[in-house]
Amino acid sequence: MRGGWFGVLLFLCLAAALLFLTLPIAAIFVDSSPGELIDSLGEQGALDALWLSLRTTAAAIVIILLVGTPAAYLLATRSFRGKALVVTLIELPLVLPPAVAGIGLLAAVGPSGILGGTLDAAGIELSLTTAGVVVALTFVASPFYVRQAMAAFAAVDRSLLDASRTLGASEARGFLRVMIPVAVPGLAAGTALALGRALGEFGATLMFAGSFQGITQTVPLAIYDRFSTDFAAALALSAVLVAVSGAILLSVKLVQGGAALGGWQAD
Amino acid sequence: MLSIQAHTTLGSMRLDVELAVAPGECLALAGPSGAGKTSALRVAAGLLRPAEGRVEANGETWLDTTRGIDVPADRRRCGYVFQDYALFPHLSACQNVAYPLRGLSRHERRSRALGLLERFGLAARAEARPGTLSGGERQRVALARALARGPEVLLLDEPLSALDARTRAGAARELAAVLRESDAPALLVTHDFAEAAQLGDRVGIIDHGEVVQEGTASELAAAPSSAFVADFTGAVVLTGTASRGPDGLTHVELDGGGTVTTTDDGDGAVAVSVYPWEIAIEPAGVQPHGSTQNHLTAEVLSITTIGNRVRLGLGGPQPLAAEITLASAERLQLEPGARVTATWKAAATRLVAA
Repeated sequence: MRGGWFGVLLFLCLAAALLFLTLPIAAIFVDSSPGELIDSLGEQGALDALWLSLRTTAAAIVIILLVGTPAAYLLATRSFRGKALVVTLIELPLVLPPAVAGIGLLAAVGPSGILGGTLDAAGIELSLTTAGVVVALTFVASPFYVRQAMAAFAAVDRSLLDASRTLGASEARGFLRVMIPVAVPGLAAGTALALGRALGEFGATLMFAGSFQGITQTVPLAIYDRFSTDFAAALALSAVLVAVSGAILLSVKLVQGGAALGGWQAD
Repeated sequence: MLSIQAHTTLGSMRLDVELAVAPGECLALAGPSGAGKTSALRVAAGLLRPAEGRVEANGETWLDTTRGIDVPADRRRCGYVFQDYALFPHLSACQNVAYPLRGLSRHERRSRALGLLERFGLAARAEARPGTLSGGERQRVALARALARGPEVLLLDEPLSALDARTRAGAARELAAVLRESDAPALLVTHDFAEAAQLGDRVGIIDHGEVVQEGTASELAAAPSSAFVADFTGAVVLTGTASRGPDGLTHVELDGGGTVTTTDDGDGAVAVSVYPWEIAIEPAGVQPHGSTQNHLTAEVLSITTIGNRVRLGLGGPQPLAAEITLASAERLQLEPGARVTATWKAAATRLVAA
């Protein structure tokens, strides 16, 4: 290896990081037999949690994509006074402790929150409901997507948008036909980050929506619920979460690799 | 007819241009980078709104700041070829050309796009993504796409600068043919005077956001209005102090030494210009005995062969460049470091404002 002792140092650091990061994940699979895993998954509570996690995450991601994509495009293509402040406010939930996010949601849209009365009058109940889970997931996950999508749009050559306009396309058409397809690798990466964050969301959901089986108990809450009484079941659910998260990461890599192979990413 | 008037401040730069291009004519705006060439195009296309300005295309007003008219870019029928071509990387060549075709069936759009690609010799590359096209192919796809909508005005931003030298000559001939065929007024910008001369029916020299001189390429080369224009058209520019001689000629004492004679009138601080191909080279020490009035001793610094001719970089009190045939260079056995005398006629020497 080039670089003598420095090269050895680099190599050792990578080896340490790799070991530290993969050991717990490997342990989840090593510590439980495949038979036990499948048995534990047959339990109704586990199935409810899985189904709920998938539904709420999917709903949150749809909301994040529909609202976050145009918002990120605006932030990436326009400059206006106070833009830095707007970006900072959008990024704030990234560094917020989940418990703070839960309290904040309760104070804002909880039954006695500042918008609680308005929502109640409209017949919308969020806290301790499945809809509340979606709100919590959207709140914690959307900054991951918006940030990444902003960077993806900002990296697109502005002359493409200009070209689209001089070719008779409105800005909306250029956004749909040019900007989004060209930014797809970055948007996919942002979606994956948000998906991962939403799937693993724990603190804000627990505080805002509670942990009721089939209603608000997502997989991370179900794992927490079981780990002191039924460690095998907790392990089995964890294994499923690892598999789903791994699949998400892999599909993003494939989307990005496919784009690069198509010859327009590295261009 | 395309007319553009724009008066605006862009960052630290002023843009004050007034241009008119007749139908079927190509006006080439030439100037150094940062002179405001691209900004003029962007004003015409509606991508840049000047503080004050008017843009009219074939009798239609696209912009009039005094009347509050500003037709959005997507409603101005102009074919814009961007400097880096701005082809959509995720679409095939054919889909790129079909992009501006609206309100037609899928089949019709495709066959029209293919027809245009065929006209540019690209039928075989219709399904290729821009990333896999060569520079010359991209340029032709960009041109085909700009022409697809039947534009009323053609705007070309450095259409050849992204090409390597080998591809450029052929692409320039093709582009010249397209411009000749087109009835639309065309505005082309370039940083290269030779390119402007080749592609433009008229050439405008732009500097610091202003068109400093306009005319045919040969008019500009023969009578540059300033040292900047002379330099830009490829002339050698020497500075000095002019005074009227008893022989009816103007004598210029060059800064750094040497005297040059010109048939032009002038006095005080001036610049003289002469084209490199007007300069003849004699071995140093040989007294030139022909009709040339101007003789400067210089040292050969560089020898660059351009096809069958040679461009000599000469060092003296002020740098000079001369172009002679390859045969002459060989006969004189020139090499860097050789002392030579550069000679040219007073009648080929232009006097311009410094």
